[in-house]
Amino acid sequence: MSQTVDPITDDLLRPVLRTSPRFWLTVAVLGLIVAAGAGAWIYQLYYGFGVTGIRWPIFWAVYVTNFVFWIGISHAGTLISAILRLMDAEWRRPVTRCAEAITVFALMIGGMFPIIHLGRPWHFFWLIPYPNQRGLWPNFRSPLVWDFLAITTYLIGSVLFLALPMIPDFALLRDRTTGWRRRVYGTLALGWRGTTIEWQRLETAMSIMAVVILPVAVSVHTIVSFDFSMAPVPMWHSTIFGPYFVAGAIFSGVAALILAMALLRRFLELGAYLRPLHFENLGKLLLLMSLVWSYFVFSERLTIWYGNDPAEMAVFRTTQEGSFAPLYWTMVVCNFIVPFALLAPKRTRTTISGCVAASVAVLVGMWLERFLIIVPSLGHKHLPYSWATYRPQPVEIVITIATFAAMTLFYVLFAKFVPIISIWELKVGRQPAPAAVDLDVRPEAMGVRR
Amino acid sequence: MSGVYALFADPDAAERAVEALRAQGLGTDEITIISAQPYESYAFSHTGGSSSWMFRVAAAGGTVGLACAFALTSLTQRAWPINTGGMPIVALWTNLIIMFEMTMLGAVLSTVGTLLWSTGLPRRRPAFYDPAVSTGAILVGVEQPKHASPVLATTLARAGGQVKTLA
Repeated sequence: MSQTVDPITDDLLRPVLRTSPRFWLTVAVLGLIVAAGAGAWIYQLYYGFGVTGIRWPIFWAVYVTNFVFWIGISHAGTLISAILRLMDAEWRRPVTRCAEAITVFALMIGGMFPIIHLGRPWHFFWLIPYPNQRGLWPNFRSPLVWDFLAITTYLIGSVLFLALPMIPDFALLRDRTTGWRRRVYGTLALGWRGTTIEWQRLETAMSIMAVVILPVAVSVHTIVSFDFSMAPVPMWHSTIFGPYFVAGAIFSGVAALILAMALLRRFLELGAYLRPLHFENLGKLLLLMSLVWSYFVFSERLTIWYGNDPAEMAVFRTTQEGSFAPLYWTMVVCNFIVPFALLAPKRTRTTISGCVAASVAVLVGMWLERFLIIVPSLGHKHLPYSWATYRPQPVEIVITIATFAAMTLFYVLFAKFVPIISIWELKVGRQPAPAAVDLDVRPEAMGVRR
Repeated sequence: MSGVYALFADPDAAERAVEALRAQGLGTDEITIISAQPYESYAFSHTGGSSSWMFRVAAAGGTVGLACAFALTSLTQRAWPINTGGMPIVALWTNLIIMFEMTMLGAVLSTVGTLLWSTGLPRRRPAFYDPAVSTGAILVGVEQPKHASPVLATTLARAGGQVKTLA
């Protein structure tokens, strides 16, 4: 038997099996930034929350902004991947694992912020419902407990959704490596062989997971929005917040996915797999989500302006005309003007640089949007005696920058350890049709004597 | 582990080998087919029977999660009754969120459990396998054959495969 030439496997395993000096340099730089963030957190733990800009009445500031932003980014992967799987969109194949990995790492980083935001983070496990000596259980009527359960469910589901299709690729790596790598990949492959039953069960399991994970993804960001909308704070107590947050999450998630794919394409030389078509399709989705997001913002703002409630109008004015206006209008430009200008015309939408530029703008705009939801409202509650402003301090800024470095570092390490494009799924999409020949397989015809 | 198998370079040849083994009187469950990717458009890829029962197991797992969530929330709230904003002690509206999440978690975990259980994963023992599969070859063979191995080997060789026998 002549073995088939397999350029797909070779191309996609190359980043895993070969390590360039650029990889170590990237890891070192990112690792230093993450270490700086860890140092800033230790500093905050040692000296207390006074080193941050968080003061009464603005108890939620950059940290909760980061929490909502990263949970939003997590919608890139599992949601998009699950939708494309269920629709059986062929172009999804090189995209799904890139996207699912973003979900897992963004959730891990986002999930850290409620802990960073605690004065005594070593007590974080008090959120977990378990029998204890204090005779206290978490109050299931608190949105923060809902958060804990929703994020935990989404994280477990997303990790499994990412991990299951990796098993066949681990088996591939097990057979292609030697030494400690063979042992590690062999353990992770779980003894996978690739029998027809294994493939059938895996594909059915992935279909079920896709069906289940979709409503979980929607619920997670809806529940994050409940952290705000359940409180009688001006411009928070809104019935539209659930879908508005979900739309914003998908919007920022798609932008993160486009940016990650562009970096992978450039640095791992995956141009043959992450093609302009993928960027154009995701660019269309980004444009759609930009319009949906703009629609929600308009609906929300028009209702508040028309209602003319003094407390809500105080927040409305400070964001559009007051001290937060530069951030607000930057957000509008980044989330609507730039994506529309770059993604509506086919000439720029069909270029990777056009999609990437729009995505960078959207990521900036969506971080600002989260900040503008949280800080102006807390600084302008119903009674003017409690009005205040907020200015982030170096500790918060360093920790925020470090999370972006951590996200990139996790992604770089993941792409080094696992094929960032699912090899077997890609190959399935490129299979030729079965040969249309009649097979005469009678033993006599094949010269076999019983 | 005894067996006889052949490696095929393309799925058409593998299909031919499977049909030839069936023509020899082997049942579907006696033939092992191993590949580095599923070949959904080939008949041999559908020899494992239907997997639709996995949806029912997932639904059952979700039901168990729902029951656990209902018990956890309502029993906790009755054991430690806390008046929160005038809500009922057992507040169904808020408990629905916990129930939803745990229902989905039950479905996810039962699906993964079913996958592992029904495929025999994780597997530590050496199994009927050839690393050439990872280079694109398709393995068609018979584990612990009841038929005479030489006959099976000839059949597989005639179908165009590179035959190997495990003692």
